[in-house]
Amino acid sequence: MQTDLALWSAVAGMLMLLACSREERQFRPSPPASEVINSVQVSGLNPGANPVGAPAAPEYYQESAYAVSQGKTLFNEYNCSGCHANGGGGIGPPLMDNYWIYGSEPGNIFTTIIQGRPNGMPSFRNRIPEFQAWEIVAYVRSLSGLLPKDVAPSRSDQFYVKPPEQSMPYQVPTGITGKPEPPK
Amino acid sequence: MTGAAFFITSDQFHCGVSLLVGGGPGRHRMLDPAGPQAGNIEWLYWVIFWILLVVFVLTIAGFARAAARTRTSATEMLPIVKDPEGDRRAHWAVGSAVAVTVLTLFAILVMSVITGKKVEGLTSQNPITIQVIGHQWWWEVIYPNAQADQTVTTANEIHVPVGKPIVLLTNSADVIHSFWAPSINGKRDLLPGYSSAFWIQIDQPGVYHGQCAEFCGLQHAHMGFSIVAESASAFAQWQERQLKPAPDPADPEPRRGRQVFLTHACLMCHTIRGTGAGSRFGPDLTHLASRSMIAAETLPNTRGALAGWIVDPQRIKPGNQMTPNPLEPDDLEALVSYLGTLN
Amino acid sequence: MALSEPIVIPQASDLERLARAWAQPRGFWGWFMNVHHTAIGVRFMVTSFIFLLLGGILAALMRWQLARPEHGVLGPDLYNQIFTIHGSTMIFLFAVPMMFQGFGVYLVPLLCGTRNIAFPRLNAFSYYIYVVGGLLLWVGLLVKTGADAGWFSYVPLSGPEFTPGKRSDFWAQMITFTEVSALGVAISIAATILRHRAPGMTLNRMPVILWEKLTVAIMVIFAMPAVMVVSSMLLMDRTINTQFFNPAVGGDVLLYQHLFWFFGHPEVYIIFLPGTAIISTLVPVFSRRHIYGYIPIVCSVVATGFLGFGVWVHHMFATGLPQISESFFTAASLMIVIPTATQFFCWIATIWHGRLQLRLPMLWVFGFFFVFLIGGLSGVMLASVPVDWQVHDSFFVVAHFHYVLIGGALFPMFAGLYHWIPKITGRMMNEGLGKVHFWLFFIGFNMTFFTMHFLGLRGMPRRVYTYTPEMHWGALNTLATTGVGFMAAGIIVFLVNFFDNKASGRLAGPNPWSGGSLEWATASPPPPYNFAELPTVNGREALWDAEPNQPIVRGLREDIPEVLVTHSLDSDPEYREESPGPSIWPFLTSIAVSIAFIWSIFSPWGIAYGAIPVVITLIAWLWPRGHSPARRELERREEPWTR
Repeated sequence: MQTDLALWSAVAGMLMLLACSREERQFRPSPPASEVINSVQVSGLNPGANPVGAPAAPEYYQESAYAVSQGKTLFNEYNCSGCHANGGGGIGPPLMDNYWIYGSEPGNIFTTIIQGRPNGMPSFRNRIPEFQAWEIVAYVRSLSGLLPKDVAPSRSDQFYVKPPEQSMPYQVPTGITGKPEPPK
Repeated sequence: MTGAAFFITSDQFHCGVSLLVGGGPGRHRMLDPAGPQAGNIEWLYWVIFWILLVVFVLTIAGFARAAARTRTSATEMLPIVKDPEGDRRAHWAVGSAVAVTVLTLFAILVMSVITGKKVEGLTSQNPITIQVIGHQWWWEVIYPNAQADQTVTTANEIHVPVGKPIVLLTNSADVIHSFWAPSINGKRDLLPGYSSAFWIQIDQPGVYHGQCAEFCGLQHAHMGFSIVAESASAFAQWQERQLKPAPDPADPEPRRGRQVFLTHACLMCHTIRGTGAGSRFGPDLTHLASRSMIAAETLPNTRGALAGWIVDPQRIKPGNQMTPNPLEPDDLEALVSYLGTLN
Repeated sequence: MALSEPIVIPQASDLERLARAWAQPRGFWGWFMNVHHTAIGVRFMVTSFIFLLLGGILAALMRWQLARPEHGVLGPDLYNQIFTIHGSTMIFLFAVPMMFQGFGVYLVPLLCGTRNIAFPRLNAFSYYIYVVGGLLLWVGLLVKTGADAGWFSYVPLSGPEFTPGKRSDFWAQMITFTEVSALGVAISIAATILRHRAPGMTLNRMPVILWEKLTVAIMVIFAMPAVMVVSSMLLMDRTINTQFFNPAVGGDVLLYQHLFWFFGHPEVYIIFLPGTAIISTLVPVFSRRHIYGYIPIVCSVVATGFLGFGVWVHHMFATGLPQISESFFTAASLMIVIPTATQFFCWIATIWHGRLQLRLPMLWVFGFFFVFLIGGLSGVMLASVPVDWQVHDSFFVVAHFHYVLIGGALFPMFAGLYHWIPKITGRMMNEGLGKVHFWLFFIGFNMTFFTMHFLGLRGMPRRVYTYTPEMHWGALNTLATTGVGFMAAGIIVFLVNFFDNKASGRLAGPNPWSGGSLEWATASPPPPYNFAELPTVNGREALWDAEPNQPIVRGLREDIPEVLVTHSLDSDPEYREESPGPSIWPFLTSIAVSIAFIWSIFSPWGIAYGAIPVVITLIAWLWPRGHSPARRELERREEPWTR
């Protein structure tokens, strides 16, 4: 009986340690490190050729299903679809294919959102808080299957326009700066 | 004489009970009705309550009498008794008790159906129409009008004229919510995909509070609203004022505040008519200063509470959709001043 | 003509052979091979009691958080997980497994006077499946994947858009596990009651508790599929992109509610009828007479079973229904009061014309009368549509259903445990400690839950993790939280009493309460073969109505486990049947099924690939091995079992 109890508490303890980062939900992000944003530089005339300086992505946003789903909400509410059309592209480039003009790393996408890019992508510096930008980054990556399937969002309660992100096949990122990632 | 005495005592008891259950301080007093519908329901509630109290007392008395009558203190288990004569008498008692139960239930059914018809029967040819849309976790309130520029949009605070039937068109933007103002009427679920209508009427001027009653996620606990019932002229004035766009602030500090609003995250979600901010994700702030509470009835609309809410809403309502805004102190001061001019 | 033979004292050698034939294996693997109903029944009871304690701990945490306005003990995320898991645990992992599966599996074969339950392996399989389902939910809570959309998990909140991650999927699959378990047990119990009753126990002489178990088993068979369907639809919406509940493309959120409550309301009676059955069994024993109004009570039980399927919409009065359906479901909900009221009157009459002995189990029965009466009467209020519009989803409803469910399940459960633990362990419980337990629990319970009526009337909605001080709900909430301490103390006293009983309780003997039903006709605890000589029955209370020279059944073999199969209606003996012996395959099948179910949370292919081990284990389980040599010889002799 005693040993059973010890065994079970050991198992329970291990499970707690293994607690899924997928289910992590952070409501109060740590204060934004504005230096990071300000230090990112875009080479004006040579768009995206040199992604050096992209900030390191906090892991939470790529791993938490909640953060990705918040990113999906914001993607719609901030009208990203106005140009990117649910990821299919229109005025802006498609986001669900494998071609990344400015790189597929989270830091690259983050820089795109915060700094803007030539030919139409506006800068959302100060308007979209840093943590929300990271959430949108995670969601954008889920559009081309770059997130694990259990983290990527499922279908939404809206008209069916595309397969849900969790059914998106993994697209090997290519482009000027894209480097292939191993599938997750 | 005894009858009168009984009624006096029951009335006093009634007062005592209602003080416990409905009176006293508090905001959601379903037994303190302010309109005909809640009044009808309150009447039905008390009628059923008294009937059931009698049933309760009689049944418990039955058990107590039966137990007192036949209880033995023997510690060993006794032999089996047979009492066919007693059983025959019990047939009558049990049979009539069941018959009385059936009649009582039938009476309750009839009263319930009649009251239901009264509550739902409120209608009018020319009502005030108000559209209520539930969001996670606030209420969007629209006074629709065929002319787009005559449409009032506000949040969490519903103004209505006293004594006039009002039709509420309900819908939900995300999950199921439920609209419940206990002193006015029972609740009605707001189901996504189902637009439905129900009626209310308030007879006494005042401020009545309500809250979401269907579990809707993280901040279900902080999803209140208030209904301000006022005279027809006050209501018309209020509507007049709400139709105006936000004025250009005259003083330099609110002017700077507006600049802060338009260059920070605020404009990503909120509308202030008369400025460039037009997003519909969060509540319309065009007349924020005219409301007495913020954050869906969570905080009073004071400078301090507003500033605290803007800086760290996730401490006050963890998980809500408002982003924290770590503004510089003078930016925050200016922003709060600007919001204070939006009345 | 075996039935008319005089009593023959069984020879020791016969008993030894019987014991060998019915022996269950020992040791680590033996534990997983055991298929005898007493072992499985006790396991159901112990496991569900553990879940009761765990659910109670969650309840205490919630009450702690609600004790003060804006109390910061639990955040909304954790609070939502805790109230969801509390509700799901109490309904799916405690109430049904304890009241229906636990008491049913243990008692039904004993009450029928047979040696094992029908389909014992299915029964054992049901136990393992239930345990895995419970572990799934609770391991989910430990790894932050605790379901958080409520025990009802309404869409769209629990759907793919508003519950990201796997939280709702864990909940939905837990439903599948527990309902498969309940269905397996329901089939076993229904078959046992219909085909394994002792000769002479015609339908008209079945104890009330068997009528009720039969009714509940049939209710389970009709109600549980609805919730399995709806939880599977939810799972498919979330994982494979179906659109059942998506209003934008013609899905329907109300469909979920209808299907859920089509299960959910019968579920209330599935929990509550076993409670009344315990009451109807204990009241005659402690009033020292036959139950008054056997036929009205049986009719009430069956009527409740039917009417229970016609009232589900009263959970949805606030959704805005047409008035005609509101009136219909009000009438149905009021009508279901009649059978319960009839039972109450019959119990009063039984006590009135008996000789009441207020022993410990009967004290709990009186607790039930008081508590359940309040719950039932507040239920009459809720059945009235206009009143329901006000109090629906408020703390008034929380008070109501705790009075009904704790009154209708927990009080009878403790009455039943104090009554039957002497049968299960062979030792009496301490009555003094039991009374302390009763009063602590009774006072604490009323303190906590009676207060909630007032909170509801003052407008406090359910499922809120906190409230603002302006609401003035603080004082009542503090009072409600205080009551939890009393209830917890009561439960601790019970546990002390129980472990004390196991160690050093007074020996009970076969029939400590001199009860009339057949479980008291054998030793306490019952031997592995239950009855040395199968009993026959002369009246509704088998032992009280027995003739001085009551016949017994002879002719079952002692060297292989055999049970007697009798006619469904008049229980005339029809034939003998070999009862399946110990087997590891139910356990292995349950593991295979669990893998398929849990895998399907993460990938729809889990069902496809996971089916392969299920098929393999099922083939092994059902492989026709032929009869034992002794059995074959029997068949060669062509000895038909005749009366």
